[in-house]
Amino acid sequence: MKLDLHVLGPILALVVLVLVGAAMNSNFLSAANVTNVLSRSAFIGIIAVGMTFVITAGGLDLSVGSMAAFIAGLMIMVMNGLLPTMGPGWPLVGVGVGAALLAGLLAGFLNGFLVTTMRIEAFIVTLGTMGIYRSLVTWLADGGTLSLDFGMRTVIRPIYYNGILGISWPIIVFALVAIAGETIMRRGAFGRHAAAVGSNDQVARYSSVDVNRVRMLTYVFLGLLVGIATIMYVPRLGSASSSTGVLWELEAIAAVIIGGTMLKGGFGRVWGTVIGVLILSLIDNILNLTDGVSPYLNGAIQGVIIILAVILQRERKAEG
Amino acid sequence: MKHLRTTLLGAALAAGTALPAFAQETQVIGVSIPAATHGWAGGMNFHAQEAIDRLEEVYPDLDFVLATASDPSKQVNDIEDMLATRNISALVVLPFESEPLTGPVKAVSDSGAWVTVVDRGLAQEGIEDLYVAGDNSGFGRVSGEYMTEALPDGGQIVALRGIPTTIDNERVEGFEQAIEGSGIEIIDMEHGNWNRDDSFTVMQDFLSKHDQIDAVWASDDDMAVGVLAAIEAAGRDDVQFVLGGAGMKEMIARTRDGDPMIPANVTYPPAMIATAIELTAVGLTSSAPVSGTFTIGSVLVTQDNAEDYYFEDSPF
Repeated sequence: MKLDLHVLGPILALVVLVLVGAAMNSNFLSAANVTNVLSRSAFIGIIAVGMTFVITAGGLDLSVGSMAAFIAGLMIMVMNGLLPTMGPGWPLVGVGVGAALLAGLLAGFLNGFLVTTMRIEAFIVTLGTMGIYRSLVTWLADGGTLSLDFGMRTVIRPIYYNGILGISWPIIVFALVAIAGETIMRRGAFGRHAAAVGSNDQVARYSSVDVNRVRMLTYVFLGLLVGIATIMYVPRLGSASSSTGVLWELEAIAAVIIGGTMLKGGFGRVWGTVIGVLILSLIDNILNLTDGVSPYLNGAIQGVIIILAVILQRERKAEG
Repeated sequence: MKHLRTTLLGAALAAGTALPAFAQETQVIGVSIPAATHGWAGGMNFHAQEAIDRLEEVYPDLDFVLATASDPSKQVNDIEDMLATRNISALVVLPFESEPLTGPVKAVSDSGAWVTVVDRGLAQEGIEDLYVAGDNSGFGRVSGEYMTEALPDGGQIVALRGIPTTIDNERVEGFEQAIEGSGIEIIDMEHGNWNRDDSFTVMQDFLSKHDQIDAVWASDDDMAVGVLAAIEAAGRDDVQFVLGGAGMKEMIARTRDGDPMIPANVTYPPAMIATAIELTAVGLTSSAPVSGTFTIGSVLVTQDNAEDYYFEDSPF
């Protein structure tokens, strides 16, 4: 296997960040901090795996952050609404989870339908649905915050905070989603078809790939993953508002690009996306753990590291 | 906007049926506020709508135009539209940002209409006839004074700041002045952006970084929610209490019920928009003088007076 900077870039950036973090603060590598960082990465991470497929197939989805907020609001309202009849307990959690997954599937299907069947640019479609979901959650919450009933919150809390063998559920789910995504991208026919469609949809069509079906599936797959991410998110604070999931779409897209997937489509790398997500959360974490950097500059430091990470892996391509 | 149409329609119908008796001229008050993008703004929208509904009953000669804007440029458009097409006699405006709105609001003032500015001042002085102001440095000072009372022997606290703005700076300055010399030390301060998720993350990292935190100045109730969840998840018992602010009803309820983690709150009432609309209506319809500056103080809420600050129907 040929190793070059193109592959090593993101890994190198991640290693440097971990070393910097460990040097700056002795608690950086403590189990509690590692758990915190990985758990909070899970939301964006799960979404970014789906985003990798959408971008690989030449698409884009700007609506995922708003969609997550809307689904979170919906999930809370469904559980609050059924609480008097079903009572607090795992059956009701199951209904909430089912509602979130269904809403995610439908939302993904809607984006896919508008992009494939209606033939509207993905950027425009998802810009539109982004605004729609953001307004809907504000409207559902009446401008305030939707809060899960307190009794129910105790029941659902373990989904975010507990786990098995000291590894919390969000980390486990993120890992499973990432492994499944990597397998499909590398070994599955669907991964190859997505890359073919993103690279040149005409050629893909002549090679008897059902282009619309592949595109549609990437959006549906992403919608489903947004649903899963929301199921991890709601138990954390038990609330959703119009400020939920703001800019998640850009973080997810940034993670995908840092990881080596091409923004114009045709090539995707799921494990790279995972590295990208970890880089983004580690920057935040390290900035919080260190003194001396004005918090006003957090955004600038993030921007520099994102660009550096991409430069590191693009160098090879520019030469060749 | 929909609201406006129904009232206009109502006015037209009334004019049609009661022809000669229609003597007094109807005056229009424009209300321009930021959209409900976070909890406090949601409460402010609720109180604005409620005040308008109430005042339309009280003053049949007044019509109201309510516009909510999601960014400063939309708010500028709203105000220009009101001036051009609604012929407003007065404008009540809570500016999204001071600089971009100063010009358009001045144009309204130059047209001869009454201008009431709420909460955030304009970049240029003397444009508004009435300024209904929240007291941000007072908010910080009251919070700081409570902190010195609650930690008489001093202690190590962490603070969460809001979105980087003048409002936030004034609050933090007021707070720092109030705790000066009290033995209380702010060992860490980061922006939680008045957001639950951001403050959860920041607080988790503070807890990893510092082994001993005596109290938290969350400076806002949305941020306090995130802070409390992070403390609970970490299982730490060194944090004695969390001081939020702005008076979210869930937090006021916890103070009222004697929750030791939420012993107090400091108000920054979103209902100040109602004060402004009401005073403007009084100014238009009567000879009572209402020009000048009306500062709404920040009040310390403890278990004793929490009931007075609990608004059941408000979303905030």
